[in-house]
Amino acid sequence: MVAEGVETFDPIVTDAVIVGAGPVGLFAVFELGLLDIKCCVVDILDKPGGQCAELYPEKPIYDIPGMPEITGHDLADQLVKQGAPFEPLMIFGHMVSNLERLENSFKLTTDRGQVINAKVVVIAAGGGSFQPKRPPIPGLEDYEDISVFFAVRRIEDFRDRNILIVGGGDSALDWSIALQPVAKKITLLHRRPDFRGAPDSVKKMRALVDAGKIDLVVGQVTGLNGEDGRLSGASIRSDDGPPEILCDTMLPFFGLTMKLGPVADWGFDLENNRIPVNNETFATSEPGIFAIGDINTYPGKLKLILCGFHEAALMSHGAHHYVYPERTIKFQYSTTSKDLKTKLGVI
Amino acid sequence: MAKITYVQTDGSKQTIDAENDSTVMETAVKNQVAGIDADCGGACACATCHVYVADEWIKITGAPSEMEEDMLDFAYDIRDSSRLSCQLKVSDELDGLVVHIPEQQG
Repeated sequence: MVAEGVETFDPIVTDAVIVGAGPVGLFAVFELGLLDIKCCVVDILDKPGGQCAELYPEKPIYDIPGMPEITGHDLADQLVKQGAPFEPLMIFGHMVSNLERLENSFKLTTDRGQVINAKVVVIAAGGGSFQPKRPPIPGLEDYEDISVFFAVRRIEDFRDRNILIVGGGDSALDWSIALQPVAKKITLLHRRPDFRGAPDSVKKMRALVDAGKIDLVVGQVTGLNGEDGRLSGASIRSDDGPPEILCDTMLPFFGLTMKLGPVADWGFDLENNRIPVNNETFATSEPGIFAIGDINTYPGKLKLILCGFHEAALMSHGAHHYVYPERTIKFQYSTTSKDLKTKLGVI
Repeated sequence: MAKITYVQTDGSKQTIDAENDSTVMETAVKNQVAGIDADCGGACACATCHVYVADEWIKITGAPSEMEEDMLDFAYDIRDSSRLSCQLKVSDELDGLVVHIPEQQG
């Protein structure tokens, strides 16, 4: 959960860069791999699976062909396993912020400074990049990054702080438990007495509350008090709590939301925030750039994972031409082809 | 079919004919009602389609399920009238329904 601090990275050179590690991006690793196209996958989340991992890890999906029932988490796991023989380079916690066309390749740069050079770009960014939800508390922006944080990068930064954690999910619980030993004080504020987070975390949190190490208050934040970005307290609405909780730091955990993000600036003629593609190869209007999964649009488009898988297969054949312009594809089946079986490491 | 009125925080209103068996969320998205993002597309997995049901309609729309109640934790400024509009199924019974859109979902 804790991301690294400032890092420097060597530039990566690869055949294809896949923007987004959701189910469709992960399956593209497999399809491109069968055609000897090496992949690097970049995702803003800290784990593979995209929406499956972030929005519904424990919810069963019933419309994956051949899988009568599978959870989002398990589907992501299986797809990672399926692509593993092709040894993709996975970069998590990075958002591709810049895309530049070079003579015969593309240069992509992430928000944390990683440079990737690739012959083709596959945008599998779903609904965009996940970003923390910013609750519409009046004046919140004045406190952001000074007293209010949406993520914990380094636990040590929170030493001796008087922290108000808001929310009832796993992030709120995990950080209440993890920060408790270093913080001066932790108050956990949630709108109701029930917590939907992992039962084990709820138990741990309650034990810390009983031991007097965490203050638990049922209520909702209505305003922030302080000046020059320095928080002195949060006004709350509560049936039996105080009208204000004194704190110098607030961590609101209201989950993540999807924002289209930098894709909007890459020169595509977007339709309803989707990238138009042709449905033979899922090529965009930019030669060498493909878009698959929820991020694209074409006549008859259905936003289903299974459609994204189909798109990944056809895209790979379109992308092959850019990576190996001198070669033609020999169409093969994984059941019979010795060549494919060797690539998959099964013989 | 049911006429559903979506009210923004500035008081502006949109009244839309909603088809039976669609949801209050789908109808909003199809008609570009601002403030209903529905990130997850209706899987009750994101809480970006939060609405306040007008008081006189709460009895008819009923209470959220346990799953919906859990997801509401991800929304801000929850009230007794809070619902996720992806879980409100349109029927003749809801003809005239009024829902208020919260200030901001994302």
